Amino acid sequence: MGNDSGMSWQQQNNRNVRRLGMWTAAWLVSLAAVFFGHKYLWDGNQAFTAGVVAINVVIGGFMIWANKQHLQGLDELQRKMQLEAMGLSLGVGMVLGFAYSALDSTGVIPFRAEISHLAVIMSLSYLIGLVIGVRKYQ
Amino acid sequence: MKNRLKVLRAERDWTQADLAERLDVSRQTINAIEKGKFDPSLPLAFKAARLFELAIEDIFQDE
Repeated sequence: MGNDSGMSWQQQNNRNVRRLGMWTAAWLVSLAAVFFGHKYLWDGNQAFTAGVVAINVVIGGFMIWANKQHLQGLDELQRKMQLEAMGLSLGVGMVLGFAYSALDSTGVIPFRAEISHLAVIMSLSYLIGLVIGVRKYQ
Repeated sequence: MKNRLKVLRAERDWTQADLAERLDVSRQTINAIEKGKFDPSLPLAFKAARLFELAIEDIFQDE
């Protein structure tokens, strides 16, 4: 029970989740700012856009760090469930990502394959993986 | 792997959440171990043994 910081395991876990949520939200807002600002705020000025992209990457670094802290704070079963969900997400992303790209390259689909579509697929498969994990060990 | 966590916990009138807090794990993990769906690592098994002041083999038995 407790640790050096005086918080219980659960309290520390909750703090890690909040911190990850905060950095993820900041990363998403900064990413949206790149597109929104480029189009509506600084009228396509590439230097501004590059600067905001740099800020987005730095914030992304903090998000990765927060995610690492979050994973390290989990207990062994939770880590196992995360690993299985991330494995599913990576596999689905690879297989469907390359298939989607092949459809685009060969002109089978009439629209461009966007990276955002892949992000949605990977997020959904990650969530499905987590749900499967929670049910499996219930 | 079989275990006596549920019995040992009940003897002390602890809930799963109480035991989880004492072992620094989630309640779901305690539930999964009690039901035999998840085998704990050696460090966690040692931690449980220290908590109950028993030998590991008095808590966990190979099936």
